[in-house]
Amino acid sequence: MDFGFKISPSSAINLDNVDLTKFEELHRMEPDVYKCMACGSCSATCPASPFSGMSMRKVITALQRGKEKEAVAMLRNCMLCGKCSMVCPRGINTRHLILSIFRIYREDGK
Amino acid sequence: MIYQGKQKIWADYQKEIPDNHWFYVRSCIRQNFFPGAEKMFLEICREVLKKDFYETEYHTTCGGIAYHCDTIPQETVMTIVARQFSLMTEAGYENYVASCITSFGNYIEILETWREFPEVETRIREMLWKACRREFNKPKYVAHASDLIYKYRNEIASRAKFRLVNRFTGEPLRVVEHIGCHYSKMFPSKGVGGAEYPYVLCGMIESWGGNVIDYPERRHCCGYGFRQYHVKANRGYSVSNTYKKFESMAPYHPDFILTNCPGCPYFMDRWQYVIAETEGKTYGENGYGIPVLTYEELASLVLGYNPWDIGLQLHQVAVEPLLDKLGVEYDPSEKYKGLNEKELSRPELPGVLRCC
Repeated sequence: MDFGFKISPSSAINLDNVDLTKFEELHRMEPDVYKCMACGSCSATCPASPFSGMSMRKVITALQRGKEKEAVAMLRNCMLCGKCSMVCPRGINTRHLILSIFRIYREDGK
Repeated sequence: MIYQGKQKIWADYQKEIPDNHWFYVRSCIRQNFFPGAEKMFLEICREVLKKDFYETEYHTTCGGIAYHCDTIPQETVMTIVARQFSLMTEAGYENYVASCITSFGNYIEILETWREFPEVETRIREMLWKACRREFNKPKYVAHASDLIYKYRNEIASRAKFRLVNRFTGEPLRVVEHIGCHYSKMFPSKGVGGAEYPYVLCGMIESWGGNVIDYPERRHCCGYGFRQYHVKANRGYSVSNTYKKFESMAPYHPDFILTNCPGCPYFMDRWQYVIAETEGKTYGENGYGIPVLTYEELASLVLGYNPWDIGLQLHQVAVEPLLDKLGVEYDPSEKYKGLNEKELSRPELPGVLRCC
């Protein structure tokens, strides 16, 4: 039906030339990944962060930028303590998200 | 959403709301969109809760739509509002409650402007006197009607016939709340719960047994945006905003959307039909849409009013799946019957969006 107007596609310009198929799969599995507003509360409270460089905020950004290996390497330092889940102001179940990231991005499946 | 964290934010943005004796002003557009809502607000406050609410037929628009569409200057709006205040003064009231979010934002903005610039208030008083020989006192308290239902939420819960619980599963209903932009985005301290996570609708949902669902585009505009919609060439922007919101909330499968603004329920309701016709997408279960209710309609449903008496047949998206979940009994044959059993005309059914 022609209403004389239609839904406009997003006008955001994405200059990243990366394949986001896996990230879209992650979004289907974990819709909460889009809730992240990069506040960094998770990284600030992470007990593994001071000695390993682990940062959940960086992981999510890296996945969106196609730096998958970097993200998975960082996540290997996670102890699944769940402090990030407790402080996330958007209530993201980060521990569940980390496990889902491993399921999708680790090619060896381990 | 982490409840404890939000409680801390909400605690900083609580406001004292007087319990009784209010001067009520209606919205320009709500009576066309969802005519049962304002009637039910007064019915609940006056007849169920036995509060004193006064309204006069002499009040007019607040000028908010024209102001936000940039077609009249703020001084004109101020003079219109000054006349409303003079009606309140004449009736002997000091608490002013607006049905419309834009009106509420408009009143707050004007009172804050007068506080900052008293000379503007003096000029407006002169203009009002020259225009219609009227004088006014400023209201002691300005509230939005949803603030009052929020205040009375536990009283309503204690009289409730239905809880927001899915009777098929026993689980709390998953509710998405949408706050009108002009409620607290301009003056966060004037809204219950502040601007980022307003509590006004969350409080009602929690009190009546539902579960509030957070989603990425929760604070995004509904799409109305005045100039986006009023200029026909811009309506694509309006529906695109709504589309973005629905795409964002769809993975969370909400049972219904609760709103406190005149425009939001209308556009989130009607645009679901347009999205279905243009994109072939529906967001509810089994081809239905997601019902969008106003807080007055929800309060009435919870209190056990007949859904067709509160005007739910005027929604584009069918509310029957929600009524079934709530356990509300209704007669489908009475859906399009008006006062005294008068048969109303039946709308043509859309092609994609399932409506019955």
